[in-house]
Amino acid sequence: METMIILLAGVLVSVATYLLLSKNMIRVVLGTAILSHAVHLLLMTMGGLKIGSVPILGDTVETYTDALPQALILTAIVISFAVTAFFLVLVYRTYQTTGTDNLLEMKGTEEDE
Amino acid sequence: MTSIHILLLIPILAAFLIPVIGRQFPKLHLGWAALPIPIVLFSFFVSKVSSISAGETFTGSVAWIRALDLYFSVYLDGLSLIFTLLITGIGSLVVLYSIFYLSKERESLSHFYAYLLLFMGAMLGVVLSDNLMVLYLFWELTSISSFLLIAFWFRRKKSRYGAQKSFLITVGGGISMLVGFIMLQVMTGTNSVQEIIAMRDSIQEHELFVPALVLILLGAFTKSAQFPFHIWLPDAMEAPTPVSAYLHSATMVKAGLFLVARFTPVFGGEATWFWLVSGVGIFTMFWGSFSAVRQKDLKALLAYSTISQLGLIMSLFGLGSAALQGGASAESVIYTKAIFAALFHLVNHSTFKGALFMVVGIVDHEVGTRDIRKLGGLISLMPITFTLTVISSFSMAGLPPFNGFLSKEMFFTAVLNANEMTIFSMDTWGLLFPIIAWIGSIFTFTYSMIVVFRTFLGPYRREKLEKDPHEAPVGMLISPIILCMLVILLFFVPNRLSDYLLSPAMNSILPAYQNMDGLIPKISPWHGFNLELFMTAGVVLLGAFLLRTYRYWNVVYDFFPEKRSIDRGYQWMLARGESGSKRATDRYMTGFLTNYLYYIYGFLLLVVGGTLWLTGSIVIDTSNDAPVSVYEGIIIVIMATAAISILFTKSRMTATLLNGVLGYSIAIFFVLFRAPDLALTQLVVETVTTVLFLLCFYHLPEWSKEERSLKVRFPKMVVSIGTGALTVLLALSVQGNKMFESISSYFEDSYKLAGGRNIVNSILGDFRAFDTMLEVVVLFIAGVGVYTLIKLKEPKGGDDIERE
Repeated sequence: METMIILLAGVLVSVATYLLLSKNMIRVVLGTAILSHAVHLLLMTMGGLKIGSVPILGDTVETYTDALPQALILTAIVISFAVTAFFLVLVYRTYQTTGTDNLLEMKGTEEDE
Repeated sequence: MTSIHILLLIPILAAFLIPVIGRQFPKLHLGWAALPIPIVLFSFFVSKVSSISAGETFTGSVAWIRALDLYFSVYLDGLSLIFTLLITGIGSLVVLYSIFYLSKERESLSHFYAYLLLFMGAMLGVVLSDNLMVLYLFWELTSISSFLLIAFWFRRKKSRYGAQKSFLITVGGGISMLVGFIMLQVMTGTNSVQEIIAMRDSIQEHELFVPALVLILLGAFTKSAQFPFHIWLPDAMEAPTPVSAYLHSATMVKAGLFLVARFTPVFGGEATWFWLVSGVGIFTMFWGSFSAVRQKDLKALLAYSTISQLGLIMSLFGLGSAALQGGASAESVIYTKAIFAALFHLVNHSTFKGALFMVVGIVDHEVGTRDIRKLGGLISLMPITFTLTVISSFSMAGLPPFNGFLSKEMFFTAVLNANEMTIFSMDTWGLLFPIIAWIGSIFTFTYSMIVVFRTFLGPYRREKLEKDPHEAPVGMLISPIILCMLVILLFFVPNRLSDYLLSPAMNSILPAYQNMDGLIPKISPWHGFNLELFMTAGVVLLGAFLLRTYRYWNVVYDFFPEKRSIDRGYQWMLARGESGSKRATDRYMTGFLTNYLYYIYGFLLLVVGGTLWLTGSIVIDTSNDAPVSVYEGIIIVIMATAAISILFTKSRMTATLLNGVLGYSIAIFFVLFRAPDLALTQLVVETVTTVLFLLCFYHLPEWSKEERSLKVRFPKMVVSIGTGALTVLLALSVQGNKMFESISSYFEDSYKLAGGRNIVNSILGDFRAFDTMLEVVVLFIAGVGVYTLIKLKEPKGGDDIERE
């Protein structure tokens, strides 16, 4: 199971990287979103999969699954959501200002000021 | 923490206080606030003279970074005492002089005195540090403060040019010196100079010995303006004259000499050291004096004369180091005279050159020009200044009854002794030393006379001057008068100086000769009719002749075109360096985000992948894997398909929906992996994200097609597949290399420790509550960012923000 998930994460990372390298801004944002999916899966895998039970203390259960990665992921999900939202608005604003969503057309070192 | 530590830090602390005082007392000339500091320090070091001359040394050490053998340790012996007295003594006089030289109304005095005190502290640090790294720190601090002081009138282009030049050259040398220090440290295993001196014999044969020697000398040569690095000193004359008098003649440029003297016990006796120090020194001495004669600007003339005199002292240190060849012996004690002469001249030079700079400053200040072609006939208008100039110039020329005469005679003795040497193939080349020294001295005589005769005698031409010349205010005259009195005093009682200052310094430079007979010669102005005296007579006659006939022989200088070739070379190198680095940078800093991402990924693949490969940590172990059920397999296949399909979709809508598929599938995984909280959060977040994407689409155009050509796609594919593969390898290796136990079991006590049954929630809300709080802060910041980006628009006029 772990190996399968890792391979899946690898596929996601590849796709995300490919998107990050595109010239369209939306694709880049999409890339970051997919990248965070991959990271969450990897984090989950590091704690071991499908061992023990849900990490909520009860009377009958002896072993619990690793709670630490879950806590980390919970934080990561929220942060990546914030980042994605910010990116999207940034893209929107950039498009409003520059009139393009193509990164290759945004090279602005010489014309600036 | 000893009193020396504290004294060392006083000027540096005061440098920070000066601007505050300036603000508190706007009517005060800040020089008066700065003046007590060097005076107090000077009196402290004077109080140490008697015990130092009795053979005592003062040490103290404060641990700084023990693991790196970094100790802020100080060492006050005879050698450093001479320098500390020069630094604080001349420092006091210069501060006093500057009070009358710099106008309170026009100049930014708080900067000036802050930099000057910073320099003073740094310079004291250089001569007092016993730890190589601390010494280096202070060494570079002197370069920095010198840079700031040269660029004091930073609105002038020439000042900025001079500051940059001196900085590049001295710091460049400083870095090479640092490398040399590190080599010494590698050889000896210690950073303490005194310990290194004690280990001298054990490192002589080390293969790094000569490289370290050369690198350290590079530092000394650049700092002390030795040929061919002397080119920075004339341009440094753009600094205010008090600075030139202080840094660029009396103290900072002598740091190189100090370094050579300090390391003579380590490297002395080595042929490379002997030839480099004495050869470079003697040639600099000649070249400096030869170039000084042609100068039209009085300060430039003094700059070249300083170069020449520094060369003289340097060559003496070199010649004297021969005494250490083959160990200390009664036969070679005669060579130590060179080092004695070097120390003596070092002190003398500071007195007469300090005075000369101040005098030239007075002329510049009262007349408005330093151009020799415009000056003349000032003798009747500025009689005191004239007298001071005569004293200091004649001393520089080596005439009695001034201290320069004594040390010049000893210089001749030393080069004549060198001629007799049989080691270092001196029997072949030795004769060059007296000859070059003699020729250099002739030019020295000539330029010294130029200072006196061209400025004060000859026709007086008011129309060429900017102001009505008159005698300087008393305050400005005090400092040069004190120095000139020393010039005369040292001629009459040189042996007092020798007993109290020079002999302890000799003992610290030549520990092997400690108190040996003949180490401390008796200085006397009259030795009978010997070769040295005839040499001096020849210098006077020929020098006067050259001065008289200058206009007939100055064609010689046409062979060395006005644009000195070394200076040209420096400018050429600088220009090439700038354009070359610009071209190189432009090549990779393209301004395209995508390119930068390629660099980042390339670096990641190279470094992380390379490390994985080289350390052989790739371990794939699937034996502990949990079994895969059919449903899970299906979801994995769905996710992989969805992800890959995103790359091929034509519409952004499909892409977003596919991203949603990924997100929801992950939520399912979270359920399967016993993480209900995560599944819930993921579901909510994924929904909102998708909505956000869709919202954004409303405002953006349909995405254009990506480039389909293989040339664009191929590198993308390589990098992305590489990154994916790297991730897989890395993750598998982490799985395979369980190096320590998980800490998770600690949190399973969550009910006892945090009063919560849900472990994940307890971690977030209790164990790691701070993290969660900061996470909320991040959310808040992102929210503010989103809000500002959407709401805040430039007002219609547009440029209000810029105007503020």
